[in-house]
Amino acid sequence: MTNKNWKNGGPEMDRRGALECMVWAGTGMLWALSGGIPSSTFIGEVKAAEMAKGAFTFLQISDSHVGFDKPANPNALGTLQEAIAKINAMPVKPSFMIHTGDITHLSTDKQFDDAAQVIGSTGLPVFYVPGEHDVIDEGLGKSYLVRYGKASPGSGWYSFDLNGVHFIGLVNVMNLKAGGLGNLGEEQLTWLENDVKDLSASTPIVIFAHVPLWTVYPEWGWGTEDGARALSLVKRFGSVTVLNGHIHQIMQKVEGNVSFHTARSTAFPQPEPGKAPSPGPMTVPPGDLRKFLGITEVNFIKVNQPLAIIDKTLVDA
Amino acid sequence: MSNVSQEAPITGAAGGRGIIARVAALLIPLAFALFAFADLSSATESKVVPVAAPTDGKTVEIAISNFTFTPNELTIAPGTTVKWVNHDDIPHLVAEKALEFKSQALDTNDSFSFTFTKPGDVEYFCVLHPHMTGKISVKAGGA
Repeated sequence: MTNKNWKNGGPEMDRRGALECMVWAGTGMLWALSGGIPSSTFIGEVKAAEMAKGAFTFLQISDSHVGFDKPANPNALGTLQEAIAKINAMPVKPSFMIHTGDITHLSTDKQFDDAAQVIGSTGLPVFYVPGEHDVIDEGLGKSYLVRYGKASPGSGWYSFDLNGVHFIGLVNVMNLKAGGLGNLGEEQLTWLENDVKDLSASTPIVIFAHVPLWTVYPEWGWGTEDGARALSLVKRFGSVTVLNGHIHQIMQKVEGNVSFHTARSTAFPQPEPGKAPSPGPMTVPPGDLRKFLGITEVNFIKVNQPLAIIDKTLVDA
Repeated sequence: MSNVSQEAPITGAAGGRGIIARVAALLIPLAFALFAFADLSSATESKVVPVAAPTDGKTVEIAISNFTFTPNELTIAPGTTVKWVNHDDIPHLVAEKALEFKSQALDTNDSFSFTFTKPGDVEYFCVLHPHMTGKISVKAGGA
């Protein structure tokens, strides 16, 4: 549905004949990594439920833009509440959630508080990285860091280990330079190099950040200036999954052992690259909005360590 | 946020009322008066009159629309106030490229004004969307 925008990775995957990205009836997609070889298949709800049993699962939510009230979605807090209600209704609870940024629309205390209250109703641990909308307070990021970055170095990056998987939250929305894209910066890259250097190459790596670490569409600023340098630091690992937000639509590609995935927003869709005069909010018929919003579920199956990414819209069960 | 209009303080590197600005403020009207007198006395002198640029004390508007600053490049006389108005459904934040001055986050219809007193080129961008850039040339006499 939204996966026509393959950049770079497409032809290579055709050649390998091993991977084709498929979207399952607008509901979900299984994306598995086994022994570093990516593969994907259609899934149904039943299979997804089976897989979730005994699997290590986490959820990605993104771009909730709490406070946004323009025509594309007059109530972004309301659609976040709907997304969270779906999570609360899941029969198998995920272990935790990550939020890949743009929690708020304008970095105000009220918007941060509203978001925290709604997201907190899951009772799940939540790991945040900021989006550019979260760092536009007077102190250019101080409000975010006081809430979510106290224990982190620099502008709030960190890593943690769970179930044998090494998770890395990167920040690429601070200290942006005129004319540039998203930016990680030297200090963060040095930290990343040290963070992964003692890990075994068989450790599954999950990197999450707001702006895509790969170049999706530089004309709209959809990419990270020094993202390739970060990816080169994890090249030796057998399984790397990169989860991003920012572009309010699903895009995926695979390069070697690295799979890239961007999540839907819970607030409003944005146009496909180059298909509108600007990347601003896309207004769709009111009845269709929830087909463009959603959450992402990621499963790790212990048997052969595949990784499954399942996107669900707000109209899916 | 929709009715916030930010007025920048007239301080800082680009906004300082330095001695040059004060002298220019005194000399520029005098220069125009002399040109005007010259025009009356001799038509041939008229070609010396510089192309009209926004003069001291004027306000010029830059529209932020579709993630673009329009006009993207602007030449103004010292003392001119530039007012950025955001027409997008997404916030923008205008800043000089080294953050010599910056607005607050500008939501839809919010504006930010800044008075340029010092001659020179000023490059600015949107802190949220750094691929959005623009340039303002501040030149004495608007040449």
